[in-house]
Amino acid sequence: MPWDRNQMAARAADELEDGMYVNLGIGIPTLVANYVGDKDITLQSENGMLGMGPFPFEGEEDPDLINAGKQTITELSRTAYFDSATSFAMIRGGKIAAAILGAMEVDEEGDLANWMIPGVLVKGMGGAMDLVAGVGRVIVVMDHTNKHGKSKLLKKCTLPLTGKKVVSRIITNLGVLDVVEGGLKIIEIAEGVTEDEIRAATEANIVN
Amino acid sequence: MKKVYANAAEALDGLLHDDMFIAAGGFGLCGIPELLLEAIKDAGTKNLTFASNNAGVDDFGIGILLQTKQVKKMISSYVGENAEFMRQYLSGELELEFNPQGTLAERMRAGGAGIPGFYTKTGVGTVIAEGKEHKDFNGETYIMEEGIFADLAIVKAWKADDTGNLVFRKTARNFNVPAATCGKICVAEVEEIVPRGSLDPDTIHLPGIYVNRIVQGSHEKRIEQRTTRKKEDA
Repeated sequence: MPWDRNQMAARAADELEDGMYVNLGIGIPTLVANYVGDKDITLQSENGMLGMGPFPFEGEEDPDLINAGKQTITELSRTAYFDSATSFAMIRGGKIAAAILGAMEVDEEGDLANWMIPGVLVKGMGGAMDLVAGVGRVIVVMDHTNKHGKSKLLKKCTLPLTGKKVVSRIITNLGVLDVVEGGLKIIEIAEGVTEDEIRAATEANIVN
Repeated sequence: MKKVYANAAEALDGLLHDDMFIAAGGFGLCGIPELLLEAIKDAGTKNLTFASNNAGVDDFGIGILLQTKQVKKMISSYVGENAEFMRQYLSGELELEFNPQGTLAERMRAGGAGIPGFYTKTGVGTVIAEGKEHKDFNGETYIMEEGIFADLAIVKAWKADDTGNLVFRKTARNFNVPAATCGKICVAEVEEIVPRGSLDPDTIHLPGIYVNRIVQGSHEKRIEQRTTRKKEDA
C-alpha cells in the first residue's frame, strides 16, 4: 500500500532533528507538526513568528495571531515575534534549517515548480521563492503522480519554476528519493510498493 | 511638532494626490491600516500604486479601493482571496507586479534605509529574474532588486505615544515595520495612544522618527480563516 497523507507527513517528520528551526508549507507539510514527537523543533511562520503553536480553542481566536496560511493559531512559551523583513532575513540568511513544502513538479536537477500554472488563475508565490533559495534544506512532500496519473518527478519541470536546483529530498506516497548527481536516487520504498512501481511512476532518471 | 490627529481623514489631509505610490502594512487582513484605507476611499484619490503583500478581500482592506477602481497597480506577493482583483486584473484594468514576499519586505526595508538596490538569491532561474542584473558572489548567482521609495506609508500598530513611538501586537507587526520606513511620510493608525513615558523605551518596535502622523480609532480586525480545535482534542 502506498503511504497516505498522514504517513507521508510522519515520514517527513523523521527528517527533523532536535534543535532545528523549520518552516512548513501548506497542505500535507502542515501535518508534519503532528509527528515531531519529543523532538525540540521550533516552527517558523514567515509572517513573523518563531514557535508556532496549534489552533486556538473555539472562542479564543486572536485576529492578531495568524500563520502564513492566514489561519488563527496560538503562541508557545518559546514564541518570538518579528517583522516581515526580519523574518525573511533569517530565511535568506540560512538560519532556517529546513523547509518542508508541497509541489506540482520536481525534476532530476532539483528544480521545483509549485506556484503557477499558466492559463490558470495566478495567486502569487508568497514566500515560496525566498524559502527555497534561503533555507538549509528543501524537502518536498507530494503525491508521486498527478490526478491524471502522470509523474510529478520529471526530467525537466514544465511549469514556471519556484527555484532552480533547490530540492534535496522528495517524499511521495510511494517512497523517498534524493536529488543526486545524474538524477534521483531511491532511498526508501513504502511498505507494499515495489521498486518497479516507483520506477514506472517516475519520469526522471533514476540512478543506482 | 503635533503628530496626533483626530481621525483618519484629518491624518491624511494634504497628503493624498492622484497617481501616488503608497506602501501599506499588513499580512492578509492581519494588521492592515483599515481606517486609513477607508479614508483614502472617501477621499476618492485615483490611479494609486500600492506596495502591499496582499490586496485584501472584496469588501475589506485594499479590496474596498478596488471596488471603487482607485487602484492602478499592485506590487504584492499573493493576491488569492480577492475576486474583484482577479476580474480587474484579467480584464487588463489593473497592473500587477508579483514580488517574492521576502524580496518585497527587503525592498521596503532597503528603501527606508537609503539603499537603492540589493542582491538576492531569491528568484534566480525563475521569471522573477528576467530582465534583472545578475551578479556572482563567491561562486553563487544573485539578482539585483531595487529599494522601494513610496510617497506615503500607511500602517497599523497596537499602541503609540504622542511622539509616534509604536508597539505592535503578535503577528500583526508583519509588513508594518518595513512599510513605515519606506514612505516619505508615514501615517500610523493605532488602537490606543498612551501618555508619553508609559511605553518601555526598550520595547519600542518602531521609533517615532519614522512616524509623522498618528490617529487612534476602533478596528474591526477581521479574521480571514478562523481555525480552531475542540477542548477534548487537547
